[in-house]
Amino acid sequence: MPRHLLSDYVPQPSRYDEMVDDIQIPRPHWRAFLSHLAALPAETMLRRNQFVQDAIASDGVTYNVYADPKGASRPWELDLLPLILPVDEWRQISSAVAQRARLLDAVLGDLYGPQKLLAEGLIPPALVFGQRSFLWPAHGIVPPGGVSMHVYAADLARSPDGRWWVLADRTRGPSGAGYALQNRMTLSRAFPDAFRELQVEQLAPFFRELQDSLYRLSPTRGEAPLAVLLTPGPFNETYFEHSFLARYLGFPLVEGQDLIVRGASVYLKTLRGLRRVHAILRRLDDDYCDPVELRADSALGIPGLLHAVRAGNVLLANALGSAVLETGAFAGFYPALNERLFGEKLEMPSIATWWCGEAPALEYVIAHLDELVIKPAYPSMRMEPLFGHTLDSASRARLVDRMRNQPHAYVAQEWVRLSHAPTWGSEDESVVSKAAALRVFAVATPNGYTVMPGALTRVAPHEGDVVSMQSGGSSKDTWVLAGRPVARIPLRRPRLGVEDVAKSVVDIASRVGENLFWMGRYAERCEGLARLLRAALVRIADAAPEAEPALRSLTKVSERLELLSDEKDEVHASAEAAFVAAVVDPEVPGGLAANVLRLHSCANQVRERMSTDNWHVFNRLPQRLPGKAATVSSALASLDEVMLACVSLAGFAMDDMTRDESWHFLLLGRRLERLAHVAAMVVHVLGLAPDEREDALEWLLEAANSIVTFRARYRRAPELLPVLHLVVFDESNPHSVAFQLRELSLSIERTAAELGREVSGDLLGPLVRELRGARLEGFEPEEGAALEAACEELAHLLRRAERSAYGLSDELQRRFFSHAGTPAPLGHGTVRRPSEAMKAETPK
Amino acid sequence: MSEKRSYVVVHDTHYTYEHPVGLSRQIVHLTPRVTSWQECRAHALNVTPQPEILARSVDVFGNPLTSLCIEADHDSLFVRAESWVEVTARDYPPDAKTAPWDEVRARLAYQAGRKPHAADLEAARFLFESTRVRNKRELAAWTSACFPPGRPVLEGVRALMNRIHTELKFDPTATTVSTPVMEVFERRRGVCQDFAHLMLSCLRSIGLAARYVSGYLLTRPPPGRKRLVGADASHAWVSVYCLEHGWVDADPTNGVFPSLEHVTLGWGRDYDDVIPLRGVLLGGGDHELEIKVTVAPASDYEAIFGEPSPLLPRS
Repeated sequence: MPRHLLSDYVPQPSRYDEMVDDIQIPRPHWRAFLSHLAALPAETMLRRNQFVQDAIASDGVTYNVYADPKGASRPWELDLLPLILPVDEWRQISSAVAQRARLLDAVLGDLYGPQKLLAEGLIPPALVFGQRSFLWPAHGIVPPGGVSMHVYAADLARSPDGRWWVLADRTRGPSGAGYALQNRMTLSRAFPDAFRELQVEQLAPFFRELQDSLYRLSPTRGEAPLAVLLTPGPFNETYFEHSFLARYLGFPLVEGQDLIVRGASVYLKTLRGLRRVHAILRRLDDDYCDPVELRADSALGIPGLLHAVRAGNVLLANALGSAVLETGAFAGFYPALNERLFGEKLEMPSIATWWCGEAPALEYVIAHLDELVIKPAYPSMRMEPLFGHTLDSASRARLVDRMRNQPHAYVAQEWVRLSHAPTWGSEDESVVSKAAALRVFAVATPNGYTVMPGALTRVAPHEGDVVSMQSGGSSKDTWVLAGRPVARIPLRRPRLGVEDVAKSVVDIASRVGENLFWMGRYAERCEGLARLLRAALVRIADAAPEAEPALRSLTKVSERLELLSDEKDEVHASAEAAFVAAVVDPEVPGGLAANVLRLHSCANQVRERMSTDNWHVFNRLPQRLPGKAATVSSALASLDEVMLACVSLAGFAMDDMTRDESWHFLLLGRRLERLAHVAAMVVHVLGLAPDEREDALEWLLEAANSIVTFRARYRRAPELLPVLHLVVFDESNPHSVAFQLRELSLSIERTAAELGREVSGDLLGPLVRELRGARLEGFEPEEGAALEAACEELAHLLRRAERSAYGLSDELQRRFFSHAGTPAPLGHGTVRRPSEAMKAETPK
Repeated sequence: MSEKRSYVVVHDTHYTYEHPVGLSRQIVHLTPRVTSWQECRAHALNVTPQPEILARSVDVFGNPLTSLCIEADHDSLFVRAESWVEVTARDYPPDAKTAPWDEVRARLAYQAGRKPHAADLEAARFLFESTRVRNKRELAAWTSACFPPGRPVLEGVRALMNRIHTELKFDPTATTVSTPVMEVFERRRGVCQDFAHLMLSCLRSIGLAARYVSGYLLTRPPPGRKRLVGADASHAWVSVYCLEHGWVDADPTNGVFPSLEHVTLGWGRDYDDVIPLRGVLLGGGDHELEIKVTVAPASDYEAIFGEPSPLLPRS
């Protein structure tokens, strides 16, 4: 960094500083990086920091914070400066982490098997049988290859004397490796030269090991292996990582409802039917995995999964029940266990830990509360760590009382003074020192555990020793200097042959098709609504007296379309306010804002299928709405934005998206929604009083996006017959009812044939024929009974068309998406009926 | 030769669904466990519609278990479990001969470097909180009146059982299958399941190991009336670990130590481990549940049901 930055750097007293020694001389392994920075002009740091922030925004790297009431995804925090470690120190860390992983895997294998470590008195039963996360139903299952813990992470900290300690073990299926990789991708671009010159160890091989390990261990019985990444869904805190890793590893990203157990095997629901799954890399908590045998109220799991696991037909990584070792209470027992199982000393100690279930430990802890941090022995207890020295005498007495009552539920740990690392402070453009800890990852391979040469370094948000992304911390890329030339290895699977390329038809999860279908529907709905609302707001903004009648009819039709809030309060009293609210207020259920949010949520669920550019358009969409304080002109401006975004999405779908099986569903969704929307608008216009009808024609053309064609064709003011012809009957107008019906009818046939499925009944054929055969003469007279009869007849036909659109939606849902023979609920693409637990008998 | 009784238990479970169910997976704990005091002479489990999968196994606590899966559309599910069991009178140790309860507790507590007895380790499975059993200071305080220091454990268990039996009111309207045990304790009413969970919570709160037993109880028809089909219900009680005297059953709902009139299905940490029938459906909407249990002395079966039991040998 430019010289003055370093000279202002103040290391924390009495802490180990990662960059400089006691007399503020840079440590040897930092020198190359520092001299690289020193050569940079001062403003370059600012630019690079901006680059990092922009990269995070445009890659959509997020981290959901549960405490946030809106569950909003927060941008991932990545510090501009990496943490640097020399290779010899890394070798020790890596060896110690691999050793610990081997131990924990062996302990898991014993706890879910013979339990000899309990019988020998080496592990207290309370830590196993007393824990919710010990899953009795998983006892007796021998995982494929005898591996329980495929991925492991250790949280490490460095004490003031420079030694490394294990703070915590992550055994369930740790998060963070994907973020570490994402950090690397960003930071190696921010400092391309330094990154190359410093010979930083590559992360990619670690992920290849993970792939290989899962493929190799999974019970494929000769089939080509299919591994999936199981996520709880977009609301999970690390959903970004799930989707990122799935893409990187080439595993379909699935939710519980994408999988189904038939017989004793797990299948992925695809648009073509069911495909057998051999390995599941899971990010779903143990308890939630199978509502039949575990938590009955879990809607996220896969009913019967345990049955399939027990039958040895699917690999779960990590094995069910591996969370039992997440508690810190085991730490004190590991040295003896490692001696017993492997005859070796642990290479890296845990920070001093006392499990209070042993009487002497409890007494020690109570006597030394000031120096200790008290934590729950059972992570399910939901208790925040308590720093003894911060407690007043009353709360201290309460804590001691609780500990004496249930001593086995508490663990005390030494309060570690974390080492500090230089961190870029963007407010004052300087480098400040903050507490940091490493999360180091290991993966099971045939030759034991391999450790990722790098880590997710987490930095405390302020002063203090709590590093947690949940409490607002930041992260760092971690550079291990190889000290030798590093081969640049991209993550690659075995090279494909001609044959593979030729039949590279990918099976697409039904949910992807379903979400694309709903995305198509919502995108079209947003566009349609935006056009209608613009027609209204433009007239309101004009305030011209001759626009009044049009506005009146528009208001009536909008009310019948349930587009305006039916709350007749003061806020929505005027037409103006009601229309503005329909644009910006997400609480108007049929309004634009509500639908934009639905669109965003659908898009979020199929994010891994979209290009970065396309994702940007979606991601920014909700921010285009000005919020409740909008005026007519700001609402109009945001309508233009939404429309532009929708149009560009349509263009993207036509021009850039691969036309695979799921693409058809996007298009089907669009057509179907347009059919329903245009038909409904025309129905309500036809239902107006005869004199009002004429006032509605111009805006109807605008709303149906046909005004330009009309003007070009007729060069006169709108009249009923030509307007109806253009908007309803004209098969050459891509916005007409007839066009949608014809296209839908064709593309459903095509899609079903392509997927080798059948769709029952020809819902649309009769309507296409009736429209073609309809006589338009009835609309020639300017008024009278014949005209009214014609209007009524057409309205009736269009209502049937609208109903057929929804019927078709249900049929698609049943055939291609749910696979269970029962239709999912109507109306919301993102709300699906979960499996239900049954009522149970109460013994009397 | 100890006294014996022979029973036929017929347990019908009938679900009817509002909409068709496309997929149903169930695990069933309706087969009587074989114990030193109980034999299962014959057993049949009939399921309608015919399941695609019906697999018998033994669960992790040693109870017989059946898993079933129905993959075809159906709008009702009928399960009949019919069992012929023979129960032998149990010899309970004299209360005073059992070990002091605090000694039992000490044996169950972990001590570094001490190898636990196999039976103590097994008992430790039932020593801690579980889904429906709480470990609470107020329960420990309430229980300690029955367990003064040094009191033989079975004396304490008897006192606690009687206290629950007398201080709680049997009231089927007060609770549901999901009422938390602390609410039962506060309101002092519930059904056998609640009484059992409360007694388990009390015992575990003071450091004793206790398990939930699922089964049936022979009921007596009102005087002068004959025994009716479907008049009985599933029953639940507890079992307490008493060191060398093993596990001793206690029924807090009736204030008795079970013997010839209790039929055991199986046991676990609490109800959730031995739910008679639990599972998950895809589809179905709302559903209705009807249960009919009949516990008949084998000799009365024909008189009650009006036909011979398919399980019993023709006499």
